[in-house]
Amino acid sequence: MSLKKYILDLRKRREKVQQGGGEKAIEKQTAMGKMTARERILALLDQDSFTEYDLFVEHEARDFGMDKKQLHGDGVIIGTGTIYGAPVCVFAQDFTVAGGSLGLMHARKITKIMDHALKMRVPLIGINDSGGARIQEGVNSLAGYGEIFYRNTIASGVIPQISVILGPCAGGAVYSPALTDFVFTVDKISKMFITGPNVIKTVLGEEISMEDLGGARVHAEITGNAHFFANSEAECFDQIKKLITFIPWNNKQKAKAFPPKPPKSKAKVEDIIPSNPKNPYDVRDVIKAIVDDSDFFEIQELFAANIVIGFGRMNGETIGFVANQPLVLAGVLDTDSSDKAARFIRYCDAFNIPIITLEDMPGYLPGIDQEHAGVIRHGAKVLYAYSEATVPKITVILRKAYGGGYIAMNSRHLHADFMFAWPTAEIAVMGPEGAANIIFKKEIEEADDPEKMRQLKVQEYKEKFANPYVAAAKGYIDSVIEPDETRKMLLHALDVSVSKEDHRPEKKHGIPPF
Amino acid sequence: MKDDNQELVDFQILSLKYKTRLTRKFKERKKYEVPDPNQLKSVIPGTVVDIKAKKGQKLKEGDVILLLEAMKMINEIHMPFDGKIKKILVEKGQRISKNFLMVEIE
Repeated sequence: MSLKKYILDLRKRREKVQQGGGEKAIEKQTAMGKMTARERILALLDQDSFTEYDLFVEHEARDFGMDKKQLHGDGVIIGTGTIYGAPVCVFAQDFTVAGGSLGLMHARKITKIMDHALKMRVPLIGINDSGGARIQEGVNSLAGYGEIFYRNTIASGVIPQISVILGPCAGGAVYSPALTDFVFTVDKISKMFITGPNVIKTVLGEEISMEDLGGARVHAEITGNAHFFANSEAECFDQIKKLITFIPWNNKQKAKAFPPKPPKSKAKVEDIIPSNPKNPYDVRDVIKAIVDDSDFFEIQELFAANIVIGFGRMNGETIGFVANQPLVLAGVLDTDSSDKAARFIRYCDAFNIPIITLEDMPGYLPGIDQEHAGVIRHGAKVLYAYSEATVPKITVILRKAYGGGYIAMNSRHLHADFMFAWPTAEIAVMGPEGAANIIFKKEIEEADDPEKMRQLKVQEYKEKFANPYVAAAKGYIDSVIEPDETRKMLLHALDVSVSKEDHRPEKKHGIPPF
Repeated sequence: MKDDNQELVDFQILSLKYKTRLTRKFKERKKYEVPDPNQLKSVIPGTVVDIKAKKGQKLKEGDVILLLEAMKMINEIHMPFDGKIKKILVEKGQRISKNFLMVEIE
């Protein structure tokens, strides 16, 4: 009898705190088209799998009347659960409690679950929906952010870290997502910026909406801060769940293998590619013709679309794909696409995911804006990432592989494990036109009909050098293959590299051209 | 999702022209302008708090032309070389953006 009293009291306490900011605040949250923090966690995790920690945590702030304010859970919900049976740690900021503002105890709850995730070696998912620092708590609030950033960094490359932006995430707060592996955004809901529209207006007199400054679309397409863009929170959670199926729990494990499936797409690979090398095609069609079940999960689809990155499976195992996209900007490498590819390559390497590179690129994008934007150091990231990676590295050259781009895109010279080329591959120091113009400059100028001579020499160069056989003769290419043999050869290469070992000299860390 | 960059266009890279799509970011990139040493532009957005020089005044390299308060600091804008103030295009108290043409010199 007396025990029942205690249990009822516990239930009452729980119920009260689980209300978050209360009915009115929840109504407001819903009116903005947003789910509550608790609803989000429950929607993301397997049914009945969520176990909450620190429900009864309260802040200790005394200044500015804070001693009279009770903030349920201090504005954040933390705990563990599963996604398709895989364990994850999760936190979700509760905007209904003091605008999800981050105070000392709020941050302590987050760092507690981060420490837990790192120790248990399971992925961490953070749902951000916060007005920012809790001003009343002053420097304690800043300390909280710092402790989070530190843990993001220490956990980087050990456990997968996923950030979900489901509301404002402004000022210093944006650096936690920026330090994590994947950032998910939802149209009209996600907002990320260092200084908001109000400050910009005060300082500059320039007016811009939150959406145009740092909405989901901007980060998915222009800045590259976001990796995924969804039209609704439900779609966003589906994307997260799908991602979780492709990645391992930590850096000591491999991603879960699925039953092997043949590609669904019945298109012959060779029919996807136009015969004219100047005409585009969608390289994702080639990937879909190669991967299990034709299921390709693209990352950063809208940002730097001239390179395609994402996960697929081969024989049931997760593979990271990096592919030039001739459909957009002819598939050139530039600052953004280099940055995008390099980071993904390092992700795959950190988490034991083999990398398959599909190459069809005319080189680096020429231009003053590119040179001044630092295409040298950004481009170098790709070389660094490929060279440094020790997971199985396989390249297929589909068509163009010119100049510096040929070296950068996981060439034999950066110690690729397998180099395949289609007979359509053009591996050369530059395109035939440019090369002929330089090499045969004199002959062309001195000819009676220079244009005719030029065409002749271009053709000559094309036949002699714009093919895979010169590189194959040197052993830079292991095998020239028919397009329709691609999947078979890739499966073979992956089979052979199952127990690949490749060691690097001991060092604290390298100094990549960040 | 809506994509307004579906059109295939000619795209020249070195000596070859490709048919391809462009991205929004590529289309909206800024054209490069050769900097003119006679034009003093703001390197940071801020407020002009004082103007020390006058139109037509001759100044030596390093002389202060105006004060620009930005990011809680008062920055002195100096004469980059010996010369004459041709035009002052800002007023005291004016809030200006980055790359705003403040002064022309000769």
